[in-house]
Amino acid sequence: MPKVNLSHFEAALLFALFTSIVLGIVSKKTDRDRLEYGLRCFGWFVLALFAIGWAMRLGHG
Amino acid sequence: MAAKQKTEKLPMPPLKLWLPAVALGWLVPGGGHFLLKRNGRGALILFSVASMFLFGIMMGGILFQPKTGGLLEMIIFCGGFLGDLASGIFYIFAIWMGYAQPDLAGAVHDYGTKFLVTAGLLNVLALVDVFDIAAGRKS
Repeated sequence: MPKVNLSHFEAALLFALFTSIVLGIVSKKTDRDRLEYGLRCFGWFVLALFAIGWAMRLGHG
Repeated sequence: MAAKQKTEKLPMPPLKLWLPAVALGWLVPGGGHFLLKRNGRGALILFSVASMFLFGIMMGGILFQPKTGGLLEMIIFCGGFLGDLASGIFYIFAIWMGYAQPDLAGAVHDYGTKFLVTAGLLNVLALVDVFDIAAGRKS
């Protein structure tokens, strides 16, 4: 089995992508709502990623 | 007043209506959706769960085995095992083909472990969706 060596950012982006797809599928009732919710989830994941990343950077000095 | 506003409990649908789809959905992520003719959604679930599991293995994540001891240890290992097990055939194949790896220190391995557990948890969400569709509570 090949090994992959992803950075924190890459791993978190992949995590956000796959999780958002499933959350979008299972949460809403129409395809349009699912797409919108999935995209919104992905956006929030990425926003949280940057916000927490900067908070840790500033917290550590 | 508050008692009146309480949501009405839905009756449990017959077992034969939802069990085959839920069982197939556990074994093959997305399989329950395929069985219920929701092919697009099934394909996306299969893609997401399979990719997450595969990345988890390639990142050197560990597959949990149930372990008892302290309370925290039991929660982490038994919970992790259930999460891994929820991936169905991917977990079975990974164990069968010897992809269970030793626990190594490092951020990438740690991410891999989280990917493996999350793949199973995403499949649990998909199973709830399958149950709702099979029971006629959702289209």
